Amino acid sequence: MVNARSGNLKRFYDVNGWLFVVPALLLIGTFMFYPIIRSLVLSFYSGRGMMMKFVGFGNIERLFNDPVFLQALTNTLTFLIIQVPVMIMLALILASALNSPKLKFRGLFRTAIFLPCVSSLVAYSILFKSMFATDGIVNSTLQSLGLIDIPIPWFTDPFWAKLLIILAITWRWTGYNMIFYLAALQNIDKSIYEAARVDGVPKWRQFMHLTIPMLKPVILFTTITSTIGTLQLFDEVYNLTEGTGGPANATLTLSLYIYNLTFRFTPNFGYAATVSYVIVVIVAILSFLQFYAARERK
Amino acid sequence: MMPRYTTRYLSTALLYGALGLAAFISVFPFIWMVISATNTTADIVTGKASFGLAFLDNIKMFFSQVDVPLIMWNSVKIAIAGTVLTLLVSSLAGYGFEIFRSKFRDKVYTLVLLTLMVPFAAIMIPLFMLMAKAGLIDTHIAVILPTIAWAFVIFYFRQASKAFPSELRDAAKVDGLKEWQIFFYIYFPVMRSTYAAAFVIVFMLNWNNYLWPLIVLQSNETKTITLVVSSLASAYYPDYGTVMIGTILATLPTLIIFFAMQRQFVQGMLGSVK
Repeated sequence: MVNARSGNLKRFYDVNGWLFVVPALLLIGTFMFYPIIRSLVLSFYSGRGMMMKFVGFGNIERLFNDPVFLQALTNTLTFLIIQVPVMIMLALILASALNSPKLKFRGLFRTAIFLPCVSSLVAYSILFKSMFATDGIVNSTLQSLGLIDIPIPWFTDPFWAKLLIILAITWRWTGYNMIFYLAALQNIDKSIYEAARVDGVPKWRQFMHLTIPMLKPVILFTTITSTIGTLQLFDEVYNLTEGTGGPANATLTLSLYIYNLTFRFTPNFGYAATVSYVIVVIVAILSFLQFYAARERK
Repeated sequence: MMPRYTTRYLSTALLYGALGLAAFISVFPFIWMVISATNTTADIVTGKASFGLAFLDNIKMFFSQVDVPLIMWNSVKIAIAGTVLTLLVSSLAGYGFEIFRSKFRDKVYTLVLLTLMVPFAAIMIPLFMLMAKAGLIDTHIAVILPTIAWAFVIFYFRQASKAFPSELRDAAKVDGLKEWQIFFYIYFPVMRSTYAAAFVIVFMLNWNNYLWPLIVLQSNETKTITLVVSSLASAYYPDYGTVMIGTILATLPTLIIFFAMQRQFVQGMLGSVK
């Protein structure tokens, strides 16, 4: 008992071990923990620039009466609810297609589909902006295929502007998620699929009842990372809409609104910090729910 | 009912068709970037999908508007310095957390992992105020400092350290090596491939970093290529011909690294879920 205790103490005071982690801890403390707590404190203050006064829950009240904030929140959640499931489904389908045993040119397909996630968010947003111009390559291709009569107003109509953002993020991240599924699929025993095939189980049922359940941990991981990523959406919207989140705030996201509140309009750090805590709270709730849902079904 | 070989033929055609389409859509914007760099803005916005003759003019125009060597040097400096420091600090921590375990340290480790869930928007205002107070606004140090200690990379190195054979540590101790010597002379060379994979991922993230540099870097002399391209393209009717040269410069380094080190790239990505 005494020995065990002194052993524990020795481990506790083991200077060497702490020396290895101290530089990282100091940096994380200064540039992560301090700012996240400071944000919380700021969210109880309001005012212009550095002239701030305590307002208690005033900022939270203001949130509910701020139509721009409510719009940004709705937009962000819309992107999240539509884009993440579509992308994950697409990535799963592509991964199982690439995993089919006799496929030729597998490496070529995989590299091509993976390529978008090498591009910088800014560069690809600019490419999309030029491709989706009113008379640009996308509209003219759709017109020559006879799919549309008049050019789609990708930048001036709220619906199409939202869809464009969703298309853009899906292009950028589907291959990224697919790689995780491919790696997981390669660890699955092929004989399970062989048995299902012999039993005459159709491909899509194999996909729904074998592939998806077996990949559940990876799907959970990618869902959480995609959720956190989409909730922080900024680069694409900023570069596709000249920083406005237009047309008429139709693509404004929470991160872009926080940026505008802090650096574009007359700065109100306190209120901007309150909006940023909305993201913190949503991330916390969704991560918790997703973990909980995954644990329940086990 | 269709004969069996017909359905099989159809499903094979469908498989290749779908994968071909997905591959084409994935690659097309890159092709578009290269083609558009040779076209005038008027041709680009009317969807011209063939090579043109404006390539040299576009290059000339871009170089007349942007101090290219300086801007590229800014990007390279930030990405390389940031990545090397991240690998050093975060691998030390990952190794430290794995080798010297105690109850208390595991709790600290959990706290470190929690920072993975902190959205950047929620810390950027205090970070900006902190940098302003320290007089670091518009410096590259301000860009790099907050990115060095990174929970994701610490986690990655802690997971990788589980594969570091304890016999090596024991043998080194018998030979009288100090802890820091074991790390730099034994762990570091043994874990080369882990470092290579982490380097590729962290370099790309640093190279493509946007929001924080956008806030901190305000004068034209300190900006990165990503920021410069973004501001050139921010007009409602940008001069796309010129901008395309910039997007190529912003994309090329990561593309080259990706093709040169594709295996490490994938390994580094997957390392985070193992």
